[in-house]
Amino acid sequence: MSSFIPGQPLTAVVQRIQIQKLRQGDNLILGFSIGGGIDQDPGQNPFSDDKTDKGIYVTRITPRGPADEAGLKMGDKLMQVNGWDMTMVTHDQARKRLTKKNEDVVRLLVTRRSLEEAVKHSMGSYPRQ
Amino acid sequence: MDTESTHSGYSYHSSRSGRSNRHGDRSRERHKASSSKDSSRSERSVVINPPDTPSQESPEDEAQDDNWGETTTAVTGTSELSISQEEVVGLGKEMHDRTQGFRRYLPLAVGSCVGLLVLVTPLAFLLLPVMMWPDRLQACGAACEGLFLSIAFKLLILLMAMWALFLKPGRASLPRVCVYRAFLTTLTLLLTMSYWLFYGVRILDAQDEDYHGIVQFAVSLVDSQLFVHYLAVVLLELRHLQPCYSVCVIRSTDGETRHYNIGQLSVQKAALSILEYYYRDFPLHNPALLSASKHRAAKHLAGLKVYNVDAPGNTAGAQPGNGNQSRAMVTAAAKRKDSAHNELYYEEADYERRVRKRRARLVVAVEEAFTHVRRMKKEDERATPSDIMDVREAALAIFPSMARALQKYLRTTRRQHCHSMESIQKHLAFCLVNNMSPKAFLEAYLAPGPTLQYGPERWMADQWTLVSEASVTGGVKEGSEFLLKCLDFSLAVTIKGIPYIRLTEEFIDPKSHKFILLLQSETSV
Repeated sequence: MSSFIPGQPLTAVVQRIQIQKLRQGDNLILGFSIGGGIDQDPGQNPFSDDKTDKGIYVTRITPRGPADEAGLKMGDKLMQVNGWDMTMVTHDQARKRLTKKNEDVVRLLVTRRSLEEAVKHSMGSYPRQ
Repeated sequence: MDTESTHSGYSYHSSRSGRSNRHGDRSRERHKASSSKDSSRSERSVVINPPDTPSQESPEDEAQDDNWGETTTAVTGTSELSISQEEVVGLGKEMHDRTQGFRRYLPLAVGSCVGLLVLVTPLAFLLLPVMMWPDRLQACGAACEGLFLSIAFKLLILLMAMWALFLKPGRASLPRVCVYRAFLTTLTLLLTMSYWLFYGVRILDAQDEDYHGIVQFAVSLVDSQLFVHYLAVVLLELRHLQPCYSVCVIRSTDGETRHYNIGQLSVQKAALSILEYYYRDFPLHNPALLSASKHRAAKHLAGLKVYNVDAPGNTAGAQPGNGNQSRAMVTAAAKRKDSAHNELYYEEADYERRVRKRRARLVVAVEEAFTHVRRMKKEDERATPSDIMDVREAALAIFPSMARALQKYLRTTRRQHCHSMESIQKHLAFCLVNNMSPKAFLEAYLAPGPTLQYGPERWMADQWTLVSEASVTGGVKEGSEFLLKCLDFSLAVTIKGIPYIRLTEEFIDPKSHKFILLLQSETSV
C-alpha cells in the first residue's frame, strides 16, 4: 500500500472483488471481519504498513464463506464499497455500508502489498517498454 | 621460612589476652601504622605448621634439621629480655583506672564552677555596695526595684539553661578536649573577669553612689551571659543537627556496612555518634563465625610452593629442591585450589540445610511448649492452688521442653555463648507476661540482635581506639577516613558529602489533564 499523506491524492493498485451475500436465517452475511477506522487507534493494526493509516482492513475471513470464495484475503485494505469511499470513514460507517439490507451484492475495491509487487514485476519483464 | 612476610599475620594460636587492653594514652602517642605492626609482632606467637612439609619427604638432608619449621615458635620483635607491650600496658593500667572516674566527672566539675561564678557575680555586684557603703547609697526607686525582678528571673532562666546544657555527667570520654566547649568556657570567664575589673575600678574604688546605675550594670552582665549561652546552644547543639555528610561504616571482620547522615562535627564527636549507632544497628560480632574463612586461608597457605633455600650445595638462587616431591606437592596444591570452591559450595549448602532442620524442630517445640500454659481466667480461680503459678514458675515449667531444641539450634548457628540459661528464662517470663506469641519469643534467638541487647560483658565499651590521620578535634571533611579499633575487629569509616541538590519546579494546570479513548474494535459483516 502506498504511503498515505493526509490531504494528498492516494494512488494504489486495486483489485475488484464482487461478493454475493449469503442468507443465514434473518441476516445477510459476507463472511469476513473488518477493523480500523478514523475513530480507532491505528497503531494496533497488525496489517498496515504505515501505523498511522486509519483505513478499513480485513482482519478475519471465515473459511469457505462468500468472501473467501470471492478471493478476499486477510490484511486487505478496503478502498471502496459499492462506490462509497472507505479510506476516511469511521468504523461504524464502514459497517453500515457493508451491511445494507437491501443490497445483495457488494462490489469492493481492495488493495494489498502483493498487488503492487505483481505490477512491478510485470513491468520489469518488459524493460524496453 | 619467611616469618616476616604477610604470612605472619595469620596466627593459629593467637591468645585473646594478648590483644586486650591496648587502650590508653600509649596508643595515641604512636603513629597508627607502626603501632599496629608493633603490637602484632610482639603479642602473637606464630607457629607455621603446614601439613606436608618437604622436610618430611627429604630424609637425605639430615645434616640440617629441617623440622625447625614445625617446632620453632617464631616470636619476632621481642626477646626474652625485653618487656612485651602487654606488661607495659599492664603497668599503666592501674593508674588509668584511678583516673577513669576523675575524667568522667571533670567536665561536670568545671561546668559547676563556672556556673557558680556566673550566678554569684551579679548578686555580688548588687550586694557589695549595700554592705560596704550603705549610708551614702541613693535609695532605690520603683524602676530600680523592677530591675531586681528582671535580674531574678533572668538568673533563674540562666540557671535552668546551664543545668540543661552543661551540668550532666559526660556520656563518653573523648581523647581530646572539645574545642567549642573550651572556647565557650574561656569566653564566659573572660566576660566575667572584664566585668569584675570594670566593677572593681569604677565602682568599688570610686564608691559610686548611684545604685540604679549599679543595678543596670548587673542586669547588663546577666544579659551578656544569656547571649553567651545562646551561642553555646547554637555551637554545641544546633550545628550537629542538620545533616551535611554521609558516613559509610564497614566492620572489618564480616563486612557489615551501614550508612548514616551526620552534621558538622569534629572527628572525635563523629566517631562517638557512629559508635552509638553501632551499638544500636550492627548485629553482635561473633568470632565463631569467622573460623571457617580462616581455615580456608590456612589451606591456601599450606598449598603454596616451598623453596628450600638453605639446603647444602645450593647457591644463593632459590630452587625447588628434589623435583619429584615438589612437583607432586604442586599438583596436589593445584588440585586443592580447584576443589576449594567446590568444597565451599557444598559446605554452605549443607550448613543451610542443617540450620533449617534445626529451626523447624525448634519452632515446633516452642509452639508446643506455649500451648501448655495460659493466663488464669476468672473460672480458674476454683482450680487447685498448686496449679496456679506466678510467671517465673510458669517459665521454669515450660522451659525444659524447648531447652534442648533451642540449645541445639544455637549450637548450629554458633551463638550458644551469647545466651545463658538465666537470660533465656528471663526472656520467656517477659514474653509470658506480655502475652506474646511463640514466634515473638523466638525472634530474639533466630537472628543476632544489636550488641546492646546482650549483657554488658559483650559491649566492650571502654576498648575503643580512634585512629585518624587528621587531627581529631578538627571538623570532618569530604573524603576523610578514620578507623575505630576494638579488640577483635575495627570499623572503617569513610565520609562523603551529601550532594548539593538543585530542585526546580514545574507547574501543571489541573485543567490540562485530558484523555482520549483508543479503541480497536473488530466487526464481522
